[in-house]
Order: sequence, then C-alpha cells, then structure tokens
Amino acid sequence: MSIDIDTARKVAKLARIRVEEEVLPALASELSGILTFMEQLNEVDVTGIEPMVSVTPMRLKRRQDVVTDGGMQDAVLKNAPLAREGFFAVPKVVE
Amino acid sequence: MTANTLTIAAARDALRKREISAVDLTMSCLTAIDAADGLNAFVHKTPEIALEQARAADARLASGGAPAMCGIPLGIKDLFATKGVATQAASNILKGFKPEYESTVTTKLFEAGSVMLGKLNMDEFAMGSSNESACYGNAVNPWRAKGSNIQLTPGGSSGGSAAAVAADLCLAATGTDTGGSIRQPAAFTGITGIKPTYGRVSRWGIVAFASSLDQAGPMTKSVRDAAIFLQAMAGHDPKDSTSADLAVPDFEAALTGDIRGKVIGIPREYRLDGIPAEIDALWTRGIEMMRDAGAEVRDISLPHTKYALPAYYVIAPAEASSNLARYDGVRYGHRAKLAQGDGITEMYEKTRAEGFGPEVQRRVMIGTYVLSAGFYDAYYNRARKVRALIKRDFETVFAEGVDAILTPATPSSAFGLGAMSTASPVEMYLNDVFTVTVNLAGLPGIAVPVGLDAQGLPLGLQLIGKPWDEAGLLNHAYVLERAAGFVAKAEKWW
Repeated sequence: MSIDIDTARKVAKLARIRVEEEVLPALASELSGILTFMEQLNEVDVTGIEPMVSVTPMRLKRRQDVVTDGGMQDAVLKNAPLAREGFFAVPKVVE
Repeated sequence: MTANTLTIAAARDALRKREISAVDLTMSCLTAIDAADGLNAFVHKTPEIALEQARAADARLASGGAPAMCGIPLGIKDLFATKGVATQAASNILKGFKPEYESTVTTKLFEAGSVMLGKLNMDEFAMGSSNESACYGNAVNPWRAKGSNIQLTPGGSSGGSAAAVAADLCLAATGTDTGGSIRQPAAFTGITGIKPTYGRVSRWGIVAFASSLDQAGPMTKSVRDAAIFLQAMAGHDPKDSTSADLAVPDFEAALTGDIRGKVIGIPREYRLDGIPAEIDALWTRGIEMMRDAGAEVRDISLPHTKYALPAYYVIAPAEASSNLARYDGVRYGHRAKLAQGDGITEMYEKTRAEGFGPEVQRRVMIGTYVLSAGFYDAYYNRARKVRALIKRDFETVFAEGVDAILTPATPSSAFGLGAMSTASPVEMYLNDVFTVTVNLAGLPGIAVPVGLDAQGLPLGLQLIGKPWDEAGLLNHAYVLERAAGFVAKAEKWW
C-alpha cells in the first residue's frame, strides 16, 4: 500500500501536525517506504491467533472508587503556557 | 584513580567503611562532568541538588545501616519526571517543563539515599537509535576507532546515559528501553545495561513512548552494579497498574557464578545475512564461554523473529500517537504563537509542528495511519497477532527447558554521527533487530560487553531471560562478564 499526497495530508490532519503543502510529496513517499516494510507482516499466517492485549498474564489491580488525591490547582496549572482565574486558557473554541 | 571511576559495589563498600565521603565522591563526578561538555551527555546539571543529597547521605552513612545505593551519584535520563528539575524528553515541545511531581523510580532512588547529578541526553521521546534526534544535539560516544578522531554515536535512545557511564561522569545511570534503548547504547559504549521484565519497574512518572513496551532499567559499569541498582528500582507500585505485585528477589545474592547444568539457547534465526564476521565470531566466543562454565548449549528456533521489527514499527508508533496526543500546547510545554483568527485546531497543529522533531512527527503520523478507520485491522491488529506469535516462540523454548538465550546485542559496533543521515528511516530501525523481540515478548534482556572489534570499539552480547527471572539472567551475565574479562576503557580525548 502506498500513501498518496491526499492520504498524507489527511494523516497529518488527524495527527494535528501542520505540514506545509510543499512537504507533502516527500512525507508521502517516506510514509510509503515505512508501510512497505510493514507489509512483510502479510506473510505470517495469523489464522486463529488472538491479538495480544496484555504483556504479562495478570489481572490489572483495582482499587476503591474514592478520591485519593487532589486540591492542588496551583501545581496543576504551574506549567500551563496560559492560565487564567484557575483555568487553562485556550483560543476561543465556540463562536 | 579518582572516585568517579568506581563501580557502585566498590563505592558502596568504601562509603560504608567511611573511607570516602558521599560529598567527595559526588564532587569527583561533578568535576568530571564539567570537563566533559564535549560529550554532551548531561543536558541539565543539578550540582546543588547533588551536594545537598550527598550531605544527607553522609549523615545517614555515619549513623549506620544505610542502603546499598546511599551516597551513589547517578545520572538520570531526561525521560524521568524530576520534581522542580527540567524534564523534556529531549523535545522542544516540553521546553521549560518542570514537573510538580517525582517519578516512582527516582523517588525510590532518592529514598535509598542516591544522589542525582543531572539529567541525561537521549533521543527525542526515546525514539531513535543514535541520540541524533535530541533537541539538545547529539551525545557523543567516548570511544573512538583506533587512530581516528571521527565522532561516534553512543547509540540510542539512552545515549547520554551510556556516554556518561562509559566516561565515568557518574557511577551509573537510569535508562529506558522500548525496543533496545538500554541494551544497544550499552553495547556501543562497553557498559552493562539490563531491561527488566515488563512490569518489574514502575513506569509512573516516566514520559510515555509505547506503554506496552516501555521499561526502565539500570546502565552500569558491571553486572554486580546492575544487580544492586535494579534492586533499588524494582517493585510493585500502586500508581502503575501494570507493575507486578511480585516479591523482588535479592539480585546480588543471585550472582553465584555457577551456571552448571543450565541450558543456553542459541536461536538460529539470529544468524542474519550481512552481519559482520566479527559479530559472529564474538557470538561464537560467547557460546564457548557458556559451555566452559558448564552450561548446556542448545540450538533453538524462534521462527517469527523476522517479523519482530515490522510488528514493532506498527505497535510502537500506534501507542506513541496515542500517548503523544497529550502534547497540545494547553497544559504544559510549548505553545506556538498564533496568528490573528487562529482557533484551537491551528493552535494544536502549529504547536505540534514546531515542538516535535522530524522522527517523532513521522512516528506519530505512522501510528495515526495504522490506527485509522479502515487500516486498524490490516496493520495494528495483524501486528498484535504477530506479537502474540513472537511471544509464543519464546514460551515454547522456555517450556522445553531453556534457561537463557544468547544472541549478539547489535548488528555492528558504534557508527559515526551523521553516518546514517542519508539512510531511510527503515535502515536506522534495523539497529533494533536483536533487541526488539525482547520488548514485544515482555522479557528481561541484558547487554554485556565482551570484546573489541578490529577498530578497537566495544562489542556486546545479549542474554535473554525468562519472565521475572532477572536473578537468573544476571547470574548468567555475571558468568559471561567474568569469562570475557572486558576491562578496556575509552581513551580520554574530551
């Protein structure tokens, strides 16, 4: 499967990474090269094999559904590029 | 000999006998670090924190009963969140980020009295095999080929960790390994590096790359040091639901040097075409060393080995694209300057284009593609099925009585910085050919320096162990280390 320029544009959009129009052909060919490498996987007979979901066969731990932490608004906002009145601030989302 | 060249084991003994103070030991490392800017290994130095921790360690040592890692000066890979200290994962998107919290690994190390000298260079988000994708510029291998002054890569992604340990800037360093990022740089710099079983060490507070593959481990000057250091890192952590609630054995006590009757598997699929004869010869020597130690050497087959790299380069980018979605310019790190009229989508897209380097962008996009509607089954699910088969290959040989598997660690010795600049991304990915299977199967693996090639550069072998058998694995590595007698050091030029 090779990736054309339209697909490269769509992938960049989905990944929320701005890619300038003139860079798209090079990106498409690079991504195609990587996908070609992955296509070796089609040689493997995977009939009846379940996709691996857990690296080690163990049940994930559970805990009581109670608040264990919190009350640290200042610490949470400390690294924000823009924070106002105790909130993260972003450009207008809704017109 | 200055104190910074000590192993952890030797320093521990000297500290406990009060033959040396933690402050003096730390000072000797800080002096070495300041003289080694040419290696670009330490990218955020923390001398004030180090000296404060060293003074506290001395007080603890004076009162007796201090843990083994008390007073030991370490370097910390830039991937570990360290409270109030820059933590950037070598990425511009995390520029200025100073976590308000401490990773579990560094918390445990500090509780044991260890000293942090600073943060270490690495590939951006741990994606790379040469440390050339770092926003800090590349780290440099202290080793050079005989009669050459060409700068070599220390490997990646834990390249700064490897360079710092090999050049005696610290006694040991933390690394992380998603596809070989501890073992390949260890092999390139003539040091020891172990990736523990997935779940042995908490991932909490380590910047995530591929969550089902990432695992932290020590990079050290000896196998004994790896045992001591791993002891302090390992253990269950309620904050990481994938960390195993299993008792951690005494790793150092496991170093008996006796592997008589153990079965060492030699996988025939690891004999690759085009591998340098020197690597093959080193492997043969390693096999003889294990046999001389009384182990039974057995040819084994891991039939799906060939598909490990393509499966990895589907799964790791898929997980990375999800994990890296959090870098959006809202909560931390870089936010792009916006133009008039730009909305939130433009903010995301510009921030991520400016903040992520080319390799990270590539992997996020590949991951996005293989997870996108219509391709999920063809790529991602197929890769996860192949991963199950790769894991089964190992389970089969372990069930047949194999105790450990011996392979080369890397397909070459360290290559020149910039030498791969015109290569395709896939050619760079081939560096992981011997190590990546171990991450896919969640197994422990260790790289041990065994010899020098004709150019005088270090070469390592890898041992792969059974799940949760780091103790047995370290003992096998100890036997290999003693038989190889690798004592060479890089000649100082920096």
